[in-house]
Amino acid sequence: MTTLLAQPDAITFDRRVDTAALRGIAVRCVGVTKTYGSGQSAVMALRGIDLEVKTGELLMLVGPSGCGKTTLISIIAGILDYDQGECAVLGQDPKRMSARELTRLRGANVGFVFQAYNLIPTLNAAENSAIPLLLNGVPRAKAVKRAREMLGRVGLADRWKSLPAQLSGGQQQRVAITRALVHEPRLIVCDEPTAALDHETGGRVMELLRAVALDEGRALVIVTHDPRIFGFADRIAKMDDGRITSINEGRHEDRSTARGAGGTSDGLTGLLSK
Amino acid sequence: MNLVAIKMLIGDKAKYIGIIVGLTFASLLMTQQASIFVGLMTRTFGFITDTSLPDIWVMDPKVQFVDDIKPLQDTQLLRVRGIEGVEWATPLYKGLLKARLDNGNFQTCNVIGLDDSTLIGGPPEMREGRLEDLRRADSVIVDEVGANGRLAKQPARKGDPPIPLKVGDTLELNDNRAVVVGICRVSRTFQSQPVLYTTYTRATTFAPRERKLLSFILVKAKPGVAPRALCERILQTTGLAAFTGDEFKTITYKYFIKYTGIPINFGIAVTLGFVVGAVIAGQMFYSFTLDNLRHFGTLKAMGAGNLTLLRMVIVQSVLVGCVGYGMGVGAASLVPILSSGSELAFRMTWHIPAVVGGAIVLICVLSAVLSVLKVFRLEPAIVFKG
Ligand SMILES: Nc1ncnc2c1ncn2[C@@H]1O[C@H](COP(=O)(O)OP(=O)(O)OP(=O)(O)O)[C@@H](O)[C@H]1O
Ligand SMILES: [Mg+2]
Repeated sequence: MTTLLAQPDAITFDRRVDTAALRGIAVRCVGVTKTYGSGQSAVMALRGIDLEVKTGELLMLVGPSGCGKTTLISIIAGILDYDQGECAVLGQDPKRMSARELTRLRGANVGFVFQAYNLIPTLNAAENSAIPLLLNGVPRAKAVKRAREMLGRVGLADRWKSLPAQLSGGQQQRVAITRALVHEPRLIVCDEPTAALDHETGGRVMELLRAVALDEGRALVIVTHDPRIFGFADRIAKMDDGRITSINEGRHEDRSTARGAGGTSDGLTGLLSK
Repeated sequence: MNLVAIKMLIGDKAKYIGIIVGLTFASLLMTQQASIFVGLMTRTFGFITDTSLPDIWVMDPKVQFVDDIKPLQDTQLLRVRGIEGVEWATPLYKGLLKARLDNGNFQTCNVIGLDDSTLIGGPPEMREGRLEDLRRADSVIVDEVGANGRLAKQPARKGDPPIPLKVGDTLELNDNRAVVVGICRVSRTFQSQPVLYTTYTRATTFAPRERKLLSFILVKAKPGVAPRALCERILQTTGLAAFTGDEFKTITYKYFIKYTGIPINFGIAVTLGFVVGAVIAGQMFYSFTLDNLRHFGTLKAMGAGNLTLLRMVIVQSVLVGCVGYGMGVGAASLVPILSSGSELAFRMTWHIPAVVGGAIVLICVLSAVLSVLKVFRLEPAIVFKG
């Protein structure tokens, strides 16, 4: 991935993040709380979250429904305000930033993958994938060209013209992953990326995420309650009732050498060869 | 992101077409109705337009519009001729007289009597014969529409088209014989009667005996004399009202605007066009935004600032505004072409498309503002909600 940046037509824009100053910590939360609503109807979704996400790791947030996973990942992604505690996303506290700065920080450094893909139905795969680049001011032709290259990496080289409706769920999620990656963000957040997919397709999507998205300078936070994909995590944070109850090392082994092979067999390694 | 915005909109074919239809309908209805209104108002002073040679019209101070005849005494003509700055002044008779047709039917005609020697005030365009032919005995010139229509003769056989009045045919006006020596073309006016041009003297013999018969005095100002100043002087000296042609036109159409229901009717139609267009297009545009709120939210999460989103909504509304306006005004311009030959009053002055354009902009701005407020208020956190 880093080689992309070194290409002569490398796409560069102001990322507003001092990577060196991060010292390997992409996100740090200390005592973070979040309450929805007020008075009688108030719901305390987070009751003091302490969490560090390291760069280069794939962290999974797991736990029962309603325990606050989506709330936490929203705060981590900088799209939701928290109440108390402290939080640093890529070294910057969203609370101390103007809405505009925060939007810029997200646009340049955060990639999103959604359960329902959230692709724009009237744009083709390449155009959908190019959106983060467009939002960062990259000219259209250049952005679409890069998006097409990236679609090649997820095995959709010949489908770049397809509209989302013409693609299978797994293919749509691969387009969404391309969109999350295309601008080389420092942080990718995924909420239930495999929930809408069958087991096998979900496994492939996870392999792809590990293979293509994970990078030394980048952290992946994935919310899931699908135990079948736990194996792709470097670490797993278990949540219950607004708290993190435990953080375990994931079953994913030896990420330094086998990264992306994902412990599975099929031909994804081909995607990695540059 | 402009192209993304356009593709989002055009991709939603049903809504896109709905919005365009709404805006097209609004601009078509507003343009067409306003043009017919202006066309009708232009007709009110058609006679003044046709009589373009004089600078000034002199009349009784109580006259309210061009068809409102309050005759003057003939001696007033001499008084006006004596005023300094008057190059020439000629009498004009204008009145409704009954003509007896061949078959014994009567038809009211609008008779115009022109100064015997100069024939000033004649029709703008002759189709047959010459204006000078009015110098012949008993001569009249008939307007084309009247000659082909109300003055036409009954066909020999029932069911055949009526036979137009031709040069050489005769009529009877108050027991006086009149011979058609020419056919002319005049601007349409609010008076639907056939127009007969003749000389002043002959018109006064056709007319019933009355003490006063002079309808208007037509005045030309000497070179270098400002018409308005001359109007003042005529008023001072004679006590008669004097207006320039343009002033008299304004007085005439203002009378019609004030004392007829015409403006209200057209006002209602134009307002209806605006409201219906605004409701259809505005509500469809808004519902398009609502449908796409999820995508706007996704864009917001991915780093689209309010400025970017605003620009997207503006691009979308400008697109539908331009297409709808272009099709509506374009279709309205076809109306006179498609209805050529009919009597439709249609006059699209440049003001009409300009004002309609303003109205369309207003509709687009309103719906864009509603939509944008919705988008601005959107919490990006909704993207993770199922
Ligand atoms: N916008 C909101 N307004 C009020 N309450 C909310 C809102 N969003 C979430 N909650 C509540 O906060 C709690 C945590 O919600 P959250 O969506 O973070 O759970 P989750 O762990 O993602 O659940 P799931 O696995 O079902 O997606 C829940 O009790 C939920 O009802
Ligand atoms: Mg959730």
